Amino acid sequence: MTDLFGDLRDLYQEVILDHGRKPRNFRRLDDATLTARGDNPMCGDRMELFLKTAPDGHIEDAAFQGRGCAISMASASLMTETVKGKTPAQAKQMGEAFRELAMTGTCPHCGGDIADDMERLTPLSGVHEFPSRVKCATLAWHTLNAALDGAKEASSE
Amino acid sequence: MDGHIPALDLRRIRDDFPILSERVRGKPFTFLDSGASAQKPRAVIGAMVRMMETAYANVHRGAYHMSEVATEAYEAARGAVARFLNAGDVREIVFTKSSTEAINLVAHSYGRGVLKPGQAVVISEMEHHANIVPWQMARDAHGIELRVCRITDAGELDMDDLAAKLADGRVGLVAVTHMSNVLGTVTPAERIARMAHEAGAKVLFDGSQAAVHRRVDVQALDADFYVFTGHKLYGPTGIGVLYAKAALLEAMPPFLGGGDMISEVTFEKSIWAPIPAKFEAGTPPIVEAIGLHAAIDYVQSIGMAAIEAHERALVDRAMATLPHIEGLTLLGRAQDRGGVFAFALDTAHAHDIATLLDRAGIAVRSGRHCAEPLHERFGVESTCRASFGLYTTPEEVDLLAEALRQAREFFR
Ligand SMILES: Cc1ncc(COP(=O)(O)O)c(C=O)c1O
Repeated sequence: MTDLFGDLRDLYQEVILDHGRKPRNFRRLDDATLTARGDNPMCGDRMELFLKTAPDGHIEDAAFQGRGCAISMASASLMTETVKGKTPAQAKQMGEAFRELAMTGTCPHCGGDIADDMERLTPLSGVHEFPSRVKCATLAWHTLNAALDGAKEASSE
Repeated sequence: MDGHIPALDLRRIRDDFPILSERVRGKPFTFLDSGASAQKPRAVIGAMVRMMETAYANVHRGAYHMSEVATEAYEAARGAVARFLNAGDVREIVFTKSSTEAINLVAHSYGRGVLKPGQAVVISEMEHHANIVPWQMARDAHGIELRVCRITDAGELDMDDLAAKLADGRVGLVAVTHMSNVLGTVTPAERIARMAHEAGAKVLFDGSQAAVHRRVDVQALDADFYVFTGHKLYGPTGIGVLYAKAALLEAMPPFLGGGDMISEVTFEKSIWAPIPAKFEAGTPPIVEAIGLHAAIDYVQSIGMAAIEAHERALVDRAMATLPHIEGLTLLGRAQDRGGVFAFALDTAHAHDIATLLDRAGIAVRSGRHCAEPLHERFGVESTCRASFGLYTTPEEVDLLAEALRQAREFFR
């Protein structure tokens, strides 16, 4: 009984499995200036996001804690890596671009000064073929928006 | 009866369900989510189409032939449900849109309409949200106390705790599942009913899962209320059933108001129609009732005893394989159980497993299965659930086990 799962390696690329197993920046930030909880009530995916912003607003550090599937963990892990050093406006722009990438598999707005970072997120583009899993990938970015907007809760329902 | 139960002719049965010959992602469709909603046999599909093509009109409203035909068919469905549950009186069968609506009806009309503030309702830790939330609403609106009976680590109702919860005599109703949609546990309904009655309480069983897998006799159980839902019994969506003893229905105020549930209306007041019409406001799910009737005829033509025996063999097969898969944790080990298995794997999250299995053509549910408190009770965030139907084959159970072994490796 070989190859039951066919081309699923396209979805679960090595980067995703790796970040899913060993998420980066997986810790509390005790000196966080912004935090938010993300909740995917249908799935039971939950995360808490911590951002430390500088006086000029840019994100100095990002970390998270939580539980969820490989896709949501990997997405949160990659997000915390890529938003470090960004201004809130840039981070939100990346979030917009990422949601489009996750939903359609293509990213017409992934160019310009976010191009390199978006490139790092493309392994997640495979979720667009799995509509029920898109929200796993976008939960972290919804939570980021909530944190930047000063809201305490985000849901990807 | 010589006690011999014939084996199911699985090939013929599977041929009765057109969807089972569909292919999914290039693979045969292995449907292991009947607990969420079962597939429909041709007999059900055909009966509904035939009714719409040849015998359809609104019921209880027209003094013309087609309405009389439709009314007769609708009432015949009620009769079939009464026989299916062995109700003593056909007026004890109320059609609703689902189990959820049936429980809400009881929570409203009995919970708020008959129970007094300060009386208590007992539910259990293994209830579906449909048998939790309506009671919380009754609690908040009407001052009813809500008590939650514990379950054991094996996933069985803790009968000592039930006795304790009943001890002060203030319990008006025990509302518990007859079979858990997560653990597969079948609860000792007869004993629960006896304990409730001795404590002066009525008893409601959520039979959404149980009624599909076993013969239910509401008189033998001495159930005061029993609910189930059509779509899990190989029938259509949009129809559920409330069985309630006639005297209770008589004493309860209506749930929804509207047409068909009154015998007289002026702007000053209305006089309720006799039961069960009093609880069926508005145009009911007519075509769905005909579909449910066909579904009941279908399972009865196979025989509930034969279905139960078939599913018992599947459960034995699953219990012989699933618990031995390395890294797999099975929720609940009830002695008396049906074909519902919720599990977690050490290397992979429930959603990742479900996505993998889907690639193999296997449909399982992942998440918390509308039983969040139960998952909390077992300290798991989410699980996958495989649930069997009368068309499930032993080979499908084996395929599930093999796919789970491979899924665990995939994520290592
Ligand atoms: C035990 C149990 N109770 C209640 C329900 C609710 O059924 P429905 O959604 O048809 O109202 C379900 C199924 O979803 C169930 O499994």
